[in-house]
Formats: sequence, C-alpha cells, structure tokens
Amino acid sequence: MSVAATTPRFKANVHDALHDQRLQGALPHARNFIGRRADAAARLPEFDALRDSARAIKDHTLAHLDLYLEAYERKVVEAGGQVHYARDSEEAVAVILGICKARGAKVATKGKSMISEEIGLNAALEREGIAAVETDLGEYIIQLRGEAPSHIIAPAIHVTRDDIEADFRRLHRDLPSDRDLTQPEQLLSEARAILRDRFLSADVGVTGANFLVAETGTSLIVTNEGNGDLTQILPKVHVVLASLEKIVPTLNDVAQILRVLGRSATGQDMSVYTTLSTGPRRAGDPDGPEEYHVVLLDNGRSATLGGPFADMLRCIRCGACMNHCPVYHAVGGHAYGWVYPGPMGAVLTPLLIGVAEGGQLPNASTFCGRCEAVCPMRIPLPKLMRTWREREFARGLGSPLARGAIRVWSFFAKRPTLYRLAVEPAMRLLSLIGRGRGRFAWLPFAGGWTRGRDFAAPEGATFQSRWRAKSGATQ
Amino acid sequence: MSDSQAAKTQLRVGLFVTCLVDLLRPSVGFAAVKLLEDAGCKVIAPLQTCCGQPAYNSGDRADAQAIARRNIEAFAGCDYVVAPSGSCAGMLAKHYPELFADEPDMALEAAAFSAKCCELTSFLVDKLGVTNVSAAYAGVAAYHDSCSGLRELGVRDQPRKLLASVEGLKLVELEESDVCCGFGGTFAIKYGELSDAIVARKSDKILATGADTLLAGDLGCLMNMAGKLQRQGRAVKVRHVAEVLAGMTDAPAIGEPAPEKAK
Repeated sequence: MSVAATTPRFKANVHDALHDQRLQGALPHARNFIGRRADAAARLPEFDALRDSARAIKDHTLAHLDLYLEAYERKVVEAGGQVHYARDSEEAVAVILGICKARGAKVATKGKSMISEEIGLNAALEREGIAAVETDLGEYIIQLRGEAPSHIIAPAIHVTRDDIEADFRRLHRDLPSDRDLTQPEQLLSEARAILRDRFLSADVGVTGANFLVAETGTSLIVTNEGNGDLTQILPKVHVVLASLEKIVPTLNDVAQILRVLGRSATGQDMSVYTTLSTGPRRAGDPDGPEEYHVVLLDNGRSATLGGPFADMLRCIRCGACMNHCPVYHAVGGHAYGWVYPGPMGAVLTPLLIGVAEGGQLPNASTFCGRCEAVCPMRIPLPKLMRTWREREFARGLGSPLARGAIRVWSFFAKRPTLYRLAVEPAMRLLSLIGRGRGRFAWLPFAGGWTRGRDFAAPEGATFQSRWRAKSGATQ
Repeated sequence: MSDSQAAKTQLRVGLFVTCLVDLLRPSVGFAAVKLLEDAGCKVIAPLQTCCGQPAYNSGDRADAQAIARRNIEAFAGCDYVVAPSGSCAGMLAKHYPELFADEPDMALEAAAFSAKCCELTSFLVDKLGVTNVSAAYAGVAAYHDSCSGLRELGVRDQPRKLLASVEGLKLVELEESDVCCGFGGTFAIKYGELSDAIVARKSDKILATGADTLLAGDLGCLMNMAGKLQRQGRAVKVRHVAEVLAGMTDAPAIGEPAPEKAK
C-alpha cells in the first residue's frame, strides 16, 4: 500500500517545479540551514570526532541488530508496553488500526513521523473514520493543504507565509474573518489554539521515534514545538511508530548522536524538546497513557543489512543532505515523487519501492559530494547512488539511448588507437563548423545541454595529435 | 650537478590530459605541460583516452574497469600522473581502488597507481612546493571550486595561491564558489533542464562579483558555465586556471570565436 510514487515521472516533476513561481519563491528558505549548520559545527571542536563516534555506534548496533531488538523488546514489555513487528506497510497499518478500533478511537493526534508517511497511515485512519490530526505546525499546515511533506524535518518548507494565511482563513472558518494574521506568531497562536482542543479530545497519540534505546526500552523524539509531548501524554493510548534501525544500545549512545543531530539539522546545539517515553503510566505517575505500543516497521530494511546499502541504515533523518543539495534547492522535495527527498531519498526510495520505480533519483545527481561532506553519520551517499546506477545498468533499466551512448563511448575509450581515428576527424570537423561563432547553439543528441546553454566548439586538432606531432611521435 | 644527474633526479610526470581537454581545448594541456616543465619535470603523455568516469558514473562498471586497467598500464613508468582536472584526478586517485574492490591483487596495483595521481595545481603547490608562476594577466577573475577537486582532493587554496602570483590579476571571491555548477558529466545532458537551472544560479553569482574573467580547474564545469553565460549574452571570459598560470591566454576564451585572419 503506502503512498503512490510519481518518481518515474521525475523529469516532468522537475519541469513543473522549475516553472512553479510560487514554489521557486519559497525554496530559498532551505539554504538558510547551510550557514546555521556550519556555525554550529564550527562552535564545537569535537564535532567531527562526534561524527566518527556516532557512525561507530550505529555500525555496531546494526551489526548486532537482532540482539538489541530483543533487548529493547524485553525492556518495553517489562515497562508494561507491547512491541509489534510489522514486515511491511500493510502490517504496520493493520496493527495501528487494530489498536485504535479496540479503543473505539475517533481522533488520533500525531507527532511528526516520516514512517507514518511511508506507510500512508493518515489515509488509512481516515478510511476507518478516525480523524488523524497532525500536531507539528509544518505537518498541520500541509495536512490542511492536502500535501505531503517536502522535507523530512521542515515538511512545509515549500509553503510561504502568505499561503498559510490563506489556508487558515479558508479552513478555520469559525474565527473572525477580520482577524490579523500578518505576523508568523499570529499564525502560530491560531494553530496552537486549534490544536489544543484536538490534543484534549484525542483517543490515541501516534509519535515517531528518533531513537529507540535498548538498555531501557525508551523511545525518544526531538521536536521544537513540544507537540510530541502532548501527543504522547494526553491520550489514553500512545503508539510509537518507528523503523527498526532506530535502535541504539544505551542512553549514553543517544546522548552522543544527539550532539550531531541538532547541529546537522537546524544548526541548533539541541532541539528545544528532547522527550523520552518508557512504557505506559505507572502507579503514582501524574500523567501518561494507559497503553503503550511500539510498532516496529521493517519494510525491507533487514534485507539491507550486510549488503551494499547497509550504510544507509545509519541515517538519523537530520536533513543535512537535502539542505546542501543543488538538485533539492532547484526543485524542492515534492519533485522526488515519493516520501523521502534529497540525496538520502535518492538512495532510500529505490530500496523501499524498487529501482524500477525509484531509479530516476540516484541518476539525478551531479555527484557534487556536498551531501556526504555534511552527513553526520558519514554515509557515502554518492557511492550508494552510483551503486544503484550499477544495479540499473546490470538489469538493463534506464534510458536505452543513454546506455547505448555510454557503450559506444566505452568501446572506443578502451581502444586508444581506434579512438584517435574516430575523434580526430570529428573534432576537426566540429571545429571548422563552430569556428565562426566559437560555439554551438544546437548540437544533435545534446538538446538537454543546448536548450539553455551554448556548447564551446573544439579548438581543432586534439592535444594528442599536436603533442605527437611536436615530440616526433616518440611517446 | 651534471646534466645526467639532473636527468636522473628529474621527475617523470605523466600528463593525464583528460578527454575533454584532449578533444575540445588542447591549449589547456599545453599550459599544463608548460607549468610542469617550468617546475622542472619531464613531461610525457602516453597514448590515452579517458579516465573512465562516464562509464563508472553511468553504472557501467565493467567498462570502467577495462579503461582503468589500460590507464594503469599506460602510465606505469611515471613517478606521478597529473591531470588538469579535479574530477578526472579524483577518479584516478580516489575511485580506481574502489573499482577493483573485488580483486585484491588488482586493488593493490590500483592503490599504488592512485597514490601517484594528482590534480595539477595541488601537484605544483603541495608536491613541488611551487609558490609563484611567471605570468601576467590583466583582469579581475572569480574562481569557482569544482566539486570533485574540492571535496575529494582538497583543492582550494592551491590555485588561489598560484593565482596570487600572476602579475596584474586581481582575484575576487565568488559567493557559493563551493556549490556545484550543475555540470555533473552526463547529468548535464540527461537532466538538462535541472542542470541548466543550477548553472543559471551560478551565472548570477558570477555576475555579482563584477569579475571580467571566470577561472576554474575543470573543463567540464567551465564549458557549462561558459555556455550559460554566453547564452545569456554576458561578456565574462571563461578560462581554465592553467592557461592563466602558464601565461598562455592567446587562444580565444572558452566558446569565443577564433580571431579573424588578417584580410
């Protein structure tokens, strides 16, 4: 089930995004993260050492994931909670619907969770007559707009303040129409007031998890709004929905990774709220849910362990890769066509929906390497994208024209003498044709280039022919 | 020191000219030769084609390996292999060993080869200790840091250091000089519209410097940026950094017409 992907029509999505003036007006916001991250990293001399340490923690955990999952489950049960393993989206949705129905739930509040997007939870809840209410401000806004997140930590980054005001006036109809909504703070208070009622009326609260701690059976979320706290404390049932690679061994480990998470994501030393939950309300607790469930989603992740994409399981969803990506900056997150955008999405999407459907994304990269340079978990994102290209090539997927072109090029590149015979006359001819202007405004098979750019004409004789002529063909 | 002794200590540098320079702008190759010879190297240029990156980045690993084997063989007698490109040098220096990860013997050979491979300006500065060049250029130049050179090989200060010694040249900093120009090899054609949108922003940043010349160390990126600037009708001259460092700027700038012959 999950969400339908438009990833196969990525190029058309790109075209639409580039011509969407409203979107283009909102996109520059994503670049604001760059300076903040750089400053935060520079303020912490041990930042790079912490990245190494964070990587080591995750690598160790993934190498022993079975043990840590079992340890985590034991602790959750000891604390009075339940763990549900879900192999795929359908199973995860079924478990959550079962929990909601058992309680006769009408309203479910939700903290921000990309896994919820991955399994299409909101639509499934709505189909069963359960109102799903997103409580993260960004998520709330895009829910009102009927959109998906365009960024994994800033879901409404593609929306402008004007858009939000218009949406609020359109949908919050019982409020005075002449109210002042010109300041972002006013929009925030209005959303807060509306969400406050929903928090109080919710039967079930669903949150994601940034980390699941094996040592204590604790789930941990970071937010900047505190909405996660209200989501998990007020309803009678708290459901933690997370993918299984979120496990880390100890609270100490979490403390280390948190030091790179906030800095990499928003440039904050720490998120405003770091909220831990362990089991349901205990006797004597002032508040908390009566039931505590953890739904652990696999969706193909366990099959990734030990394979060429295993590095991707270290990802802590900070968003730094997309914040620094020229492709993301140009088109935003929706163009990627499924749940996860940016470089991490370019690796993860083919893993989760298959390379036949998701294969465009790992190809749509210049390999500029900035994502890898800023990834707190040192995930070699370009290398993983290249591995997808190799898979595609081996399976004969992708554009036949591009495959043919690379085959022909390689045929000659492997045969230097033949290559010379082919390229010398070609360059001389092109040079002759192009000499007058020095460049071409159109070239066959290069329309992708020449539609927006000229192409410089070759100088004439190649370096190698001139060099050999000069040095008497001695080399 | 006698001449024969000098010849013995002289470094044998294999010029990996790169396919783009070979085919499209040989003058960059000759500028590289001059810089290396001025620094006392013996330059050779064995028969060559390409580093294999187009195949490697298109997922065609088998062809990339075959091309890599040829290059490793062709440059066997060199003390160093130097390329006027951070991208191709990055392929030779960083990716060849990875290409043979499943063949331990070949991986060792590739690693030994990779250890000899350098990008031109970093070779001059870091390996040879060159601090100044004898060249003059009248103009204000902005410098773009090409991605692979910058992030795979740490090429950033070296070209600037050398440019600082060019007489008459004023170097201005380009905002977002470390951001990709959108070239990306076959990406520029396969995802032309996206590539074009990325280089359009780069063009804005270049124009904002007020520089009359744009320099960089990779011909692919330079052709991309030149192509955009020229389509927009801008007068910025685009050249490979080696041309300016070698004082070989007689050839027309990238994409500019050859001067008309005297009538």
